[in-house]
Parts: sequence; C-alpha cells; structure tokens
Amino acid sequence: MLSQFLQFMFSGVTIGATYALAALGFTLIYNASNVINFAQGEFIMLGGMLTVFFLKSGLPMPAAIVLAIAVPAVVGILLEKLAIEPAKGADTVSLIIITIGASLVLRGIVQIWRGKGPAVFPAFSGNEPIIIGGAALAPQSLWVIGTSGVIVLALWLFFNRTVAGKAILATSVDPLAAQLAGINTQWVLLVSFALSAAVGAIGGILLTPITMTSYDVGIMLGLKGFVAAVVGGLGAGHGAVAGGLLVGIIEALTAGYISSAYKDAAPFLLIFVVLFFMPRGMFGAKKTERV
Amino acid sequence: MRRPHPGLLVLGAILLVLPLLLPNAFYFDIVNRMAINAIVVLGLNLLIGFAGQISLGHAGFFGIGAYASAILPTHYGWPPVAAMGAGAAGAALLASVIAPPIFRLSGHYLAMATLGLGVVISIVLKNETAFTGGPDGMPVPPLSLFGLEIFGERQWYGLFAPVLLFSVWACQNLIDSPFGRALRALHGSEVASQVVGVDVARYKVAVFVLSAFIASIMGSLTAHYVGFVTPNVADFLHSIELVTMVVVGGMASVYGSVVGAVLLTALPQALATFEGWETVVFGAVLMLSMIFMPKGLVPTLAARLGKGR
Amino acid sequence: MARLEVRNLTKAFGGVLAVEDVSFTVETGIVYSVIGPNGAGKTTLFNLITGLLAPSVGEVRLDDQVVTGLAPHQLAAKGMARTFQNLQICMNMTAVENVMVGGHLSVDRNLFRSMLHFPSLRRADVVLRDRATELMAYVGLDAYLQSEASAMPYGALKRLEIARALAAKPRILFLDEPAAGLNPRETAEIDRLIRKIADGGVTVVLVEHDMKMVMNISDRILVLNSGKKLTEGSASEVRGNPDVIAAYLGKAA
Repeated sequence: MLSQFLQFMFSGVTIGATYALAALGFTLIYNASNVINFAQGEFIMLGGMLTVFFLKSGLPMPAAIVLAIAVPAVVGILLEKLAIEPAKGADTVSLIIITIGASLVLRGIVQIWRGKGPAVFPAFSGNEPIIIGGAALAPQSLWVIGTSGVIVLALWLFFNRTVAGKAILATSVDPLAAQLAGINTQWVLLVSFALSAAVGAIGGILLTPITMTSYDVGIMLGLKGFVAAVVGGLGAGHGAVAGGLLVGIIEALTAGYISSAYKDAAPFLLIFVVLFFMPRGMFGAKKTERV
Repeated sequence: MRRPHPGLLVLGAILLVLPLLLPNAFYFDIVNRMAINAIVVLGLNLLIGFAGQISLGHAGFFGIGAYASAILPTHYGWPPVAAMGAGAAGAALLASVIAPPIFRLSGHYLAMATLGLGVVISIVLKNETAFTGGPDGMPVPPLSLFGLEIFGERQWYGLFAPVLLFSVWACQNLIDSPFGRALRALHGSEVASQVVGVDVARYKVAVFVLSAFIASIMGSLTAHYVGFVTPNVADFLHSIELVTMVVVGGMASVYGSVVGAVLLTALPQALATFEGWETVVFGAVLMLSMIFMPKGLVPTLAARLGKGR
Repeated sequence: MARLEVRNLTKAFGGVLAVEDVSFTVETGIVYSVIGPNGAGKTTLFNLITGLLAPSVGEVRLDDQVVTGLAPHQLAAKGMARTFQNLQICMNMTAVENVMVGGHLSVDRNLFRSMLHFPSLRRADVVLRDRATELMAYVGLDAYLQSEASAMPYGALKRLEIARALAAKPRILFLDEPAAGLNPRETAEIDRLIRKIADGGVTVVLVEHDMKMVMNISDRILVLNSGKKLTEGSASEVRGNPDVIAAYLGKAA
C-alpha cells in the first residue's frame, strides 16, 4: 500500500521536475518580456531529439549533450531576434500566435528531418533500480531530480548573487527604469530566451531515456509546463518549481489511483481549481490597476 | 445607420455565382469547409476581436456538437436535429457554468483556463471509447431536414451558403447594436463601461455562450457533412487554427473572419504539393502575418485604401 | 434635501488607511469639491463611492437609499456617473459611439433582437445617436462628430468623458480632475461647462487641483489630508483656514 504510494510519488516527482524546468523556462521569458512562449515545449523536444541525433552521429555522450543544449539556446536567441523583437508592442493574443507559429515551424522541421517515429538513448547510469521502501526508483529518475535541483539552485544564485542576474530581475520589474540605469535590456531579452531554451532542452534530455521522445512531445510537455507556471503564479521562480512538482505528483497519482487514460486531464482540471480559488496562482504577485 | 451593407451584397453575389464556377465536388467540398470555418470564426471573433477575451479552447465546443450528433442518433436513436439542439444546449450550458469564474481572470490566465477546458473535452472524447469510438472516431448518420436527406457536396453547399450569409448579417447587426457597442466598450475600457451601467461580467458570459453555441451547431453540421468524426475536431491544434483565422483575417472585423477562414482553409490545400512541409509553412505564415500585419488582413487593407483616397 | 450622504467611510489597503472615517453630505444641485494634497485619498474616496472599491467600513446613501457595496453598473442605474483622472476612453470606437455607450441603460440590449435587427431596437438606437450628438455639441465637441476617439487630442477626450457620463442621465456626477493637463483657456471652458451642468440640475462632485477653478465654482469644499477629513466649508471658509494652508505647504509654514 505504502510502497505503491511511494512508487507513484517517485514517478510524480521525476516528471514533475521536468515540468518545473519547463515552467522555469516560461517564467524566465515571461519576466523578461511579458511573452508566454508557446514554443517552450519544442525546446524540450529539441533537447531529446538532438541528443539522439548527435549520439547517432558518433559523438560521445557529453559532447552530444552539450550540443543538444547549445543548439536550442541558439534557436531561442533566433526566436527572440527574428520573431518577438520585430513584433514589439503587439498585444497578448498576437504574441501568443507568433510563438505558436514558431512551435509549428520547429516541430515541422524536426518531423521532416527525423521522421515521426519515437527516438531514445540509454539511461545515463544503467537501469538497475534502487529499492526504497518497497518501491523501485530508476537511476535516471535520480539524474532528473538531481540535475533539476542543481539548475534551480544555479538559477537562484544567478538571479540573487550576480550582477547579470540582478540586471535581468530589474528589467522584469521596470524595463524603462532598468534602461535608464544603464542596463542593456536588449541583451537581457536575448539571455532570457537562451537560458529558457537551454533549461527546457536539459529537461528534454534528462527525460528521454525514461519516456522516449518524438517530434510531437513538445505540445503536451509545454502545455503542462505552462500549467505548472500558472499554478505556481506566473513570474514566480519558486512558484514554477512548486507548480511543476505539484502537477507531476497529481498526474502520477491520477494515473495510479484513478485512471491512466485521464492522467493528461488532471493538470488541466487542477488549473481550474487553482485559478478559481487563487486567481493569481499560489505565489503570484497581486496587481491593482489605477484609474 | 441605415447604410445598406455593401459587403453583404458582395458576399451574397459571390455565393450565388460560385456554384456556376466550381468545376467539381472537390472544390465544393473546399468551399463548404471554408463556410463552416467562417461561421465558427464569426462567433469566435465576437469574443476575441470585439470583446477582447481570448479563448484557446473553442474546438472543445465544436467537438461537443460533433459528438452529440454522432452519439445521440447512433446509440440512442435520436433524430439528428434533436441531437444537434441537445449538443448546442449542452455546449451553451457548459459555457455558462464555466464562464463566470473564468472571466474573473484576464490575459494569460484566461488563455490558460480556456485552453484547459478544450484539452479536457478532447481527452474525454479520446477516452470514452464505448461512446465515442476512441481515437479512431466513429461514423455519423446523415442529416435529414424536413424529411429530405442532405446528400453530396452540392446540396450541403445549398445549406452552408445561406447559413453563412445569415451569420454575417446577424453579426453585423449585433456589433452595430447597443449590445455590440457594450462589447466593444468593455474591450476599450472595462472600468468606463461599468460606470455607465454595463454589467461587464454578464456581457462576457453572454458572448462566450453565444460563440460556444455557434461552434457546437457547426460541429454538428460538420459531423453530418463529413459522415465521420474523430477527437481531432476538439483538440488544441483545431482551437489554434480557429484563433489564427480570427487574427489573420482581422480582429474585430466581420469580413476579416470570413477572409481569415477562407485563406487558412485554402492554405493546407495549396500546401499539399509541398508534401511534408505543411506544418512548417503553416507556422511560418502565422508568424509572418502577425509580425507584419498585426491588425489582420482586412483592417490593414481597409486602412491602406482609406489612406489612398 | 441631501443627494449624497457619506458616513464614516474607511478603506484599508493592508495596514494603510487610504481613507479614514470620512463623513460628509452633498446637497442636491450644488457643486461640491474635494481637495487635498497628492496622496490625500481623493481618488480612493471617489472609487469607494462609485463602487469600484468596496469600503472596509462606512456607508454611502444616495437620495436616502443605502447603496454601499453595490457594483458600479448598479450604481449607474441609480443615477451615478463619473469621469476618470487617467482617461478611460474606448479608443477602439468613434467619439459618438463612446457617448452612446453612456446611454447604454436607456436602450434595448437584448441579444436576439440585436442580432435580428428588430425595428424597435433600431429606432431607439437612432434616438440615442441623436442624443449623443447633442451632448457632444453641449460639451463643445461639434468638431469631432465624425472622429475616431483615437484621433482626438487630450483636451477633447477630457470633455468626451463628460459627455459620456451625461449620456447616462445622472442625478449626481463625479468629475475626477477634469482640468488636469489642460491649458488655462481649456480650463476656463471646463469651468463654464461644469457650471452649466450644475445649473441644469445635476449635482456635481469634483476632485481638482486647479485652486482658482475650485474656489471659483464650488458651493462647498471638503479638504482631505492623509485620508482624513481636515475641514469642510464654503470657499472663503476653506481659504482662510490655517490648517488647510499648513496641509498644502507643510507644517513648518
């Protein structure tokens, strides 16, 4: 009984860590530019698919991973430069459509290039599960959870302990004031998109040995990351992490105890509950409009 | 005020002449699909363009109508028209129950909530295999009106064309009326509309319910027309397609809705020759049109022509 | 008879009291001004009375009827109208349409009759359009009858807000800094317009920084400082009050 619960929690926290990374990606870009990047899921897909490609090209694992993070980061920068920046000042709906267009382009290109079939590579440290309290924990899950923890910590340090990070934070609070204070807000936007893409790609790489990947995994992963970001409160970093874990756990518990067919619906029902009782998410900032 | 709608006359003329020009059933089919999309998009544009409230889950309501027309006649022997009415009533009821809390939200949160609604509906349709046939879908019996079965693309055109014309006329009436003015006003300034007596929440709910009702009716008709329905009609991508038609054609533009629907329905057909590249080109069209024509095609062209005078 | 009575009105934002225990009465048909230094709580007071904010404590009565806590659109139906310090114009509409929105409650708003173009509804709308046109002339906007709101200058938009509020046929009209950002000539015109509105029987409550205008047109003046009522009286009473001078210039003066 307990071991079963523990088993569901393990898989919930594992997938939840990936959602947390996706949610952090949304948060990074949202804070810097007020844009919800619906192409976030494609960065996750790119991370996995590119690793598979580079491994097949004969590169060793570390090199493949570095490239599979770097390429999406460049794609993120291009997205900002070529699509978001020219549309400066467009309203929310238009920006949402632009990023959706970008996600279709990325997905389409990968579909043509790598086909529709699933792709996978072996887990980093084998498949021998660790038994804890009667529940099996795959070593790859530890990789996912551990790496996500390290990234969260690194981002926290970056934003709170470095000048560059504080410049980004300042820009998200008040772009004009930041610009007047000498911060290159253009640079901030590019860094945010690159970071966001890299974080998403890392999530995709870590998850691929567990769930496999294909050209179209980005839609659901991205949407659930968005749910996580909203549940946590758009713009709040700790909220994104908490939201990601919550969404992952609820999904795993739904799959385990209620119906695996409806596990994908769980995050979206959760969003209703959260938004109705906490219209700005768990950790969202309160805003009042002046008239 | 009493200006005749020249656009309506032009549209009517086009719809009258078209059957003489269309060479075969294949083209009738494309035009029918354009009309279906145009009518759904007209309703959605009332919500997005005129009232300024986004919905990323409208395909869900389309799906409710489509499956009501598939399930109720097949499993329970309902007459198709009753099933269509039940579907539309159900969609409207769901919309009116879910709208009041949804519309306390704004911007990205509203996008998220409507998106979630659509995804949940599409997941239910995929999973209730006993009723819906699951991901493979299910056949839909033909539609008969007044004892006559509608059969073939040409006959369906005879149904869709007048319905489209009526929808355009009704939408224009609506936005020119006090109701429509209140919708546009709450888009322009919610607080200003409140203090002159506009019950903002009620109007948002009303227009959401109306657009859901229209989507459901068109979902039903489409299901009968195609004769088969799959859960894809309710999924996220279909919702995005509909929103894209609104935005590409022109927000807050009645004829923009029609033009957006026509162009984006034709696009995949035009792309069929670029096998495999449909998704890429579709995505690129979205991005480019939003970047270079954020107001949408019809309002942008109208502004250009206005300047040229 | 008292048109508006405000009793012990208080609003707390977190621990800060933006408005604290404010009471006053506005007689029918007068011009009543609320003044005070920046941050005194004038706009918050307006927002509390017109239903945009819910008071923490206190009561608002309109013609002897308690209206505290009603939504803005319900208050509009009871005869309240207002303008805004930061313009709230619907830039997606024409000038006349903005004014017509003000007459929203006087016309048929049924969805189905609207869609089906009912003649009765259309006739009423024509009447409303004519009335909106008249109101634009009344506030001096004849030149903008064909304009899109987004094409109008700031000073004209200020007046458009007043025309929209009047279209609601209010018994009491709240004007939040109608002369802010206007040049002296425009200010004088607004001054005359307010007088004209009050003479037409509409009670006017005014928040304004232009002291010359306030002293000139107000029948009574309420002075707020740090959310509290400092004093209330006629223009000459307020002008001579040393507390008021201190509040504006700082205690040292």
